[in-house]
Amino acid sequence: MEFKGIAHKFGDDVNTDYIISGRYKFKTLDMKELARHVMEDLDPDFYSKVNKGDFIVAGKNFGCGSSREQAPLAILNADISAVLAKSFARIFYRNCINTGLALIECDTDQINEGDELEVDVEKGVIRNLTQQRDIPVKPLPRFMLKILSDGGLVEHFKKHGTFNFD
Amino acid sequence: MGKTIAEKILSRKSGQDARANDIVLADLDFVMGQDGTSPLAIKAFEEMAGKETFDPSRVAMVIDHSAPSPLEGVSKLHAQMREYARRYGIILYDIGEGVCHQLMPEKGHVVPGSLVIGADSHTCTYGAINAFSTGVGSTDLAAGMMSGKLWFKVPETIKFVIHGQLPPGVYSKYLILYLIGDITADGATYMAAEYTGEAIRALSVEARFTISNMAIEMGAKAGLMEADEKTMEWVKRHTGQPFEPVQADPDAEYYMVKEYDVSALEPQVARPHTVDNVVPVSQVAGTTIQQGVIGTCTNGRLEDLRIAARILKRRKVHPDTRLIVAPASRRVMLDAIQEGVLQTLIEAGAAVVTPGCGPCVGTHNGVPSDGENVISTANRNFKGRMGNNKAFIYLGSPATVAASVITGQITDPREFLK
Ligand code: SF4
Repeated sequence: MEFKGIAHKFGDDVNTDYIISGRYKFKTLDMKELARHVMEDLDPDFYSKVNKGDFIVAGKNFGCGSSREQAPLAILNADISAVLAKSFARIFYRNCINTGLALIECDTDQINEGDELEVDVEKGVIRNLTQQRDIPVKPLPRFMLKILSDGGLVEHFKKHGTFNFD
Repeated sequence: MGKTIAEKILSRKSGQDARANDIVLADLDFVMGQDGTSPLAIKAFEEMAGKETFDPSRVAMVIDHSAPSPLEGVSKLHAQMREYARRYGIILYDIGEGVCHQLMPEKGHVVPGSLVIGADSHTCTYGAINAFSTGVGSTDLAAGMMSGKLWFKVPETIKFVIHGQLPPGVYSKYLILYLIGDITADGATYMAAEYTGEAIRALSVEARFTISNMAIEMGAKAGLMEADEKTMEWVKRHTGQPFEPVQADPDAEYYMVKEYDVSALEPQVARPHTVDNVVPVSQVAGTTIQQGVIGTCTNGRLEDLRIAARILKRRKVHPDTRLIVAPASRRVMLDAIQEGVLQTLIEAGAAVVTPGCGPCVGTHNGVPSDGENVISTANRNFKGRMGNNKAFIYLGSPATVAASVITGQITDPREFLK
């Protein structure tokens, strides 16, 4: 899983209500519609700025708050390829893997707004092309990569009938 | 380097040397869903093209949150659960059987050293009998039902060492409220809590459940205790299953160790609208209340009802106050009937409702009116929790609730225990 795109930076403690406001999340199950409002309260133009493959880059405790799966689903449907943060809230972390949204823990202070990044999730490499340096990351465990590359837990089970990491 | 209880159980169940922050795939001993979460899990199970569960004798669904059904829509969801249970042969606990977290240990589904998931945040309750049990979402529940496995991030652990002896009339509920007030609602997020020390060992197993039940209210994914003689005896009374408890190693590595002496602890109350808004009862004594609730997975067990009955014996619920009692399970209700405990409560003026979640989550059975104050033995007092976001919920022990419904205002229960 390799991605290339632009970094969109946010701060610490971005909660699930910022990711997708409660105003929308109960109104529609249409994920494409939800995606239009992603991060809207922090940056009203966010959705229109994003190009396919871009990254959300944030501080610590990204995704704290409610346990609903709408948050990662809205990010995925906004064509974000991965979220990079210093740390993630536990349930959000689970929900990302289960819905198929790639996430990487790293020192995001080494990334500025607008930097162009190349990310290899499998090898655990983040290349900051703008600043011409590599940021070390711990690669995700193999089975997590497998769930992600299958497109989430439901797809993984649909394909294999159980957890399958061979 | 030694291991914590969480690391030991997850090592055992994953077959690898699991350390904090590792991610492991582990074998589940039991999988549970309730009526708020099971319908979505059934849908995910179908999307995953599930054909059978990993072991129908180790999967249970419980109809407890809205039981009996108050609405047509809910009835449909219940019907789906019954149909699923019939088709796949899993265990179904239907209306009146009790709250899921009471039933899992009571029916012998949970033993020390085991790994259990439930699609309900208070699944951490069984940590009191040395099980790593934690709440998950509906997709995880579906994957768990199908495969008997789930992936876990091994948590770091905060160890709470509770020294001293709780004074008379000071119960485990006050202790956990006090700890939550101290460490705050997100003080243990991501982590496991281990509760130990002589004050914990002195508690009955029932009283310990109250503490582990509320681990999630400090953000913890599990609230673990070691198994001692009392645990073994309790578990053996509820199941014939073999089991092997785990102990934390003396040189285990903790994120933090917090020590307390509770010899002078007073009864505590959580004020609206957060569980960590905790004060000694003296600071809220005199607050008028319109409704008291005794029950829930936190404090609806026989011991809790006995404590309430002791205070309410030959006394009456205040005319401007009502009392709702929801025994945690059918077993609890039957025992309480046999002992005369329920008669005492009913004579005092209690309205007894079906064993289950009762009014805890606002689906039915006692939604308060605008501006009303409620004192409850539950674990959450969030705005709107009981179905009305203009009501105010205070949390205390069964003793606090019993004393408060007699006077019609929040009352230090020790006045009635002399
Ligand atoms: S009693 Fe309350 S807290 Fe416990 S499972 Fe039921 S709704 Fe949840």
